[in-house]
Amino acid sequence: MSDAVLSIRGLSVEIPSRSGTVKPVDGVSYDIRAGEILGVVGESGAGKSMAGNAVIGLLTPPAHIAAGEIWLNGTRIDTLKGEDMRRLRGKQIGMVFQDPLTSLNPLLSIGDQLTETMLTHLDITRSEARTRAIAALEEVGIPGAAERIDSYPHEFSGGMRQRVVIALALCAEPSLIIADEPTTALDVSVQAQIIALLKRLCRERGTAVMLITHDMGVIAEAADRVAVMYAGRLAELGDVRDVLTAPRHPYTFGLMASTPLASQGKARLHQIEGAMPRLNKVPEGCPFNPRCAYAQDKCRKAPSPQIADRAAACWFPMTAEKVS
Amino acid sequence: MSLISVTSLSRVFDVSKPWLNRVLERRPKALLTAVSEVDFEVAPRSTYALVGESGSGKSTIGRMLVGLLTPTSGEVEINGVNLATERDADKVDAIRSDIQMIFQDPFASLNPRWRVRDIIVEPVVARGGDATGLAEKLLEQVGLSALDAGKFPHEFSGGQRQRICIARALSSEPKLIVCDEPTSALDVSVQAQVLNLMSDLKDNFGLTYVLISHDLTVVQHMADRIGVLYLGRLVEEASPKDLFANTKHPYTKMLLEAAPRMDGFGREATLPEGEIPDPINPPTGCAFHPRCPLATDVCKAERPKMRTINATRVACHLAE
Repeated sequence: MSDAVLSIRGLSVEIPSRSGTVKPVDGVSYDIRAGEILGVVGESGAGKSMAGNAVIGLLTPPAHIAAGEIWLNGTRIDTLKGEDMRRLRGKQIGMVFQDPLTSLNPLLSIGDQLTETMLTHLDITRSEARTRAIAALEEVGIPGAAERIDSYPHEFSGGMRQRVVIALALCAEPSLIIADEPTTALDVSVQAQIIALLKRLCRERGTAVMLITHDMGVIAEAADRVAVMYAGRLAELGDVRDVLTAPRHPYTFGLMASTPLASQGKARLHQIEGAMPRLNKVPEGCPFNPRCAYAQDKCRKAPSPQIADRAAACWFPMTAEKVS
Repeated sequence: MSLISVTSLSRVFDVSKPWLNRVLERRPKALLTAVSEVDFEVAPRSTYALVGESGSGKSTIGRMLVGLLTPTSGEVEINGVNLATERDADKVDAIRSDIQMIFQDPFASLNPRWRVRDIIVEPVVARGGDATGLAEKLLEQVGLSALDAGKFPHEFSGGQRQRICIARALSSEPKLIVCDEPTSALDVSVQAQVLNLMSDLKDNFGLTYVLISHDLTVVQHMADRIGVLYLGRLVEEASPKDLFANTKHPYTKMLLEAAPRMDGFGREATLPEGEIPDPINPPTGCAFHPRCPLATDVCKAERPKMRTINATRVACHLAE
């Protein structure tokens, strides 16, 4: 598994239901190396958060991992049970959710929440934990950390709360952070601060970061590599510059073109017709084929090729002449 | 003549604790100034955009435009009629049916127990109008099927629901639609569909939009004129071209710099300092001065007046 911190191989998540089994994640493979930010991008229902939850063992039953392997630092973790997973979570994997208010306990001061996490995972005393908690808060840029450590979550603004959540994710020094839409609930100026913070921590500590977002602009600025997901499958994977400037999958191409930024000066925005299929009605063959302008017979029958590195899961990838 | 003219519009909310707590804790009343002395005009058949971060007062202005909130001071005139003070009921009625609103969350703004047909024709039926076949016609105009009229809102996706909201807004044949973050809850590809639909309808029906958004790229694409708000004050107003290419106000500059860019690979943006101040105790003088890199003594003492430089209106002592 080379130097990857996290390796996902052929991961599938299934949710059995009365009307048949749906697959919110279907045969997804990617790696994240140390000190690298992998952007996972897709529209709602693409399975990007579900893949993140599978890694950290937070799938809500009846959702379960149906196939595939997840390796963290050379250890297989998808087979871990209850207590083992609990020890790993928080210690080796930190998690940052979208809404900082719901991921903090309103009844505990942030200092208590930080020290509790550290005492659970690290072999240190309570006073050491407190010192480290203050250091962690300083590191994520909270002014006057020593005075504010006994404040409660409601006394912080949205941006400051998200910094606390990041400090919480970092305090046990994990090797992987999963950030699920960390800036979606924040204002533009605060978003820029949080993204810069994630980038700095990733660079300085060599933490691997899985950045799940729907915002292509955030991906462009923060990620080193990007995985584009569509209807539970990986549509395209590669270096962020390559994927965003020269997308090979028609879906990535359409997604990029439909952002108002890409259509500057044009009267109309590029439009991908239709909507992402419901998970119980994913079409046969390539899941994007009904909306794809280049779909051919093969796309309607053969499942799109599985990909692992810089590639598009498409039988007929975009080329320069196709675009023009 | 302009369709909307807003003069010195302010809105103050009383956010004090209950009376008894205030007396016991000896606290003064807490007054939150959400909108403070805002002036602007909107030309007919144009799109006027209000942008700003949360707490900048953009939604409050939108609500005052449609009459959901009354101004604390100042005036909103639509077609020369001030809805808050006009005594002639017929005049008010006529103007009211010219104004509609589209909200951000298409899951919360449709009644889950009503069929789509009833939702769409409500603005007409409420005024005693004839709505036979109207819902079906409008559904087709917004890109849905006439057969959808008998369904319930939960049977639709987010983008489709926003289309239903648009159909409802169109049913009373309004001249003005106030759109409060119409695409913020939607995915990028669906957002493109809805924005295109809004552009088409504007041309077909001769509509005027007031578009409230925090997304600079959406605003740049849609608007003819953009007003930038900060802490309830209008700080800059310009055409999209001028605003993005020839930015005058330091806050607008900060906002544009902080917005993520598609071509910003590995960009180290100059980070904005601090956060939006508390609107209950706003800074003296120019509200932006604590975060402004250019701030001087005059900025701390005196609130800047709106000045016109070329085609841009800007409230900054130092802009030129």
